[in-house]
Amino acid sequence: MAPSPASTGSEIISIRARDVSLWYGNFQALKNVTLEVKQGLITSLIGPSGCGKTTLLRCFNRINERYGNVTTTGEITVLGKNIYDADVSLSELRKSVGMVFQRPNPLPISVYDNVLFGVQIHTPRRSLTRDQRDAMVESALREVDLWDEIKDRIHKKATRLTLEQQQKLCIARLLPLKPRIILMDEPCSALDAEGTERIETLLESLREKYTVVIVTHNMAQARRASDECIFMLLGELVEHGTTEQIFFNPGDERTEMYIEGRYG
Amino acid sequence: MTELDEAVAVPPERMFVATDFERWKTIKERICHAVLMCTALACVLPVVAILGYLLIKGWPVLSSEFLLTNPRNNLTEGGIWAPLIGTFFLVLASLLIAAPIGVLAGVYLNEYAGDNWVTRIINLGVVNLAGVPSIVHALFGVGAFVLFAHLGRSLLAASCTVAVMTLPVIITSTREALAAVPVSFREACWNMGATRWQTIRTIVLPNSIAGILTGVILQVARAAGETAPILFTGAVLFVPIADQGWESFVPYGPHDRFMALSYHLFTLSTQIRGVRDELLYGTAVVLIGMVLAVNSLSILLRVYLRSRKRW
Repeated sequence: MAPSPASTGSEIISIRARDVSLWYGNFQALKNVTLEVKQGLITSLIGPSGCGKTTLLRCFNRINERYGNVTTTGEITVLGKNIYDADVSLSELRKSVGMVFQRPNPLPISVYDNVLFGVQIHTPRRSLTRDQRDAMVESALREVDLWDEIKDRIHKKATRLTLEQQQKLCIARLLPLKPRIILMDEPCSALDAEGTERIETLLESLREKYTVVIVTHNMAQARRASDECIFMLLGELVEHGTTEQIFFNPGDERTEMYIEGRYG
Repeated sequence: MTELDEAVAVPPERMFVATDFERWKTIKERICHAVLMCTALACVLPVVAILGYLLIKGWPVLSSEFLLTNPRNNLTEGGIWAPLIGTFFLVLASLLIAAPIGVLAGVYLNEYAGDNWVTRIINLGVVNLAGVPSIVHALFGVGAFVLFAHLGRSLLAASCTVAVMTLPVIITSTREALAAVPVSFREACWNMGATRWQTIRTIVLPNSIAGILTGVILQVARAAGETAPILFTGAVLFVPIADQGWESFVPYGPHDRFMALSYHLFTLSTQIRGVRDELLYGTAVVLIGMVLAVNSLSILLRVYLRSRKRW
């Protein structure tokens, strides 16, 4: 494995994984994964289907544990804290490490309530004034560039928005929780080309303020949108480098073959 | 010409015309269609026939007076107010017991329970409870509520017995309603740090309430119609109650014996001589009418709640 090169600015590490292995029952989905994700960058996880990208992503907020018979070994440090420590509250962890899914999944309530949902499950009822809440909603929707488009419809059901708007909303609803890291699991795979482009533009604007880890099948997207890439195969981390390096000068033969489209 | 060419060599004027075999296929298809339709119609026929027959036979006595007056003169005269109000309280009390327990148990089984031997035993219990004949429930009610819990033969004992009987269906329909809520909503909530209970209360329950209520309401019909479970646990042939005033609306306390429509119909038809047929059929019409009304209500409610749901 090539060490992460120093050429991409930020040197603070957001997520550090050491020797992480994971089993679903008897099936080993991750094999001794060690990596460092830099703060404020967009890092892509690429690799063929079933290589463990999504599984790895789900380790970073420990949501894997909700999916039944899962065993994890190794150490994952997020923002300097080992998230498998006994005093870690999953609720607090997930506040700081938000997730966006493949298919937009806004909750079947109003846009307004969707944006506030996260805050409301983390604060006592009625502890926020109406003005505070309104301001939160507006600023979150502005940050994802959705406010002007739907400000007249924020009390309508979120499930009536277009898929692209829904996906932006799914990002927006994380923001009032002031997350540090946003995990995205193929966030554009349900969108058309234009929607994808606008989400990528949005990603660009979230950069630096948040650390973004994005799983993608779309090689062109990884190349366009990310600062660093991590290539995985059969549960192993094969190579981690800057996007430029992975695409133009891969250090591993398997990476090269995948980039060239010879499999996957 | 090859063999294949010969076989498909059809003169243009005979092209695409059905062969004998194709015609026979068409005839079989029509027969099947007709037979299947007849069986479907045969299911509706008894309902119409029963309702029609009961209505015609019971028509002469059906009136608001019949509903609102008490039985008199050894049940051979008067109306059905006392059993009607008895059935109302029986259904109400049994649902007040069964609905919360059943719904919460359904929530546990669908949202919390892992796949382990405890869950499997609970599931087995629910399925078997649903299959217990109602007369066996009655005997269980006598043992557990009338004797062991010292409730005696009373409205409360009968309500508990009916509640136990309706419980498995409420649990099962609740689970189905909850399972119909997409997992992606739960994922969204969990990933923002919501606990299971927060997820259930804010998202899962509001979106499955239609299905849950439908299941509960359907049990109203069942609780109102069953005779066996109340036979030994509290229903009696006759209780003199007030004819007027507020006491006629709350005639039975929880420890009183009571009259109920289904049991009333049973006694009228088998235990008492000299009851006019109209009285018998009129009672049956009211009972079946109540059941149909409640079922229709549940369908309307479901349609209404579904129309408001959108995901």
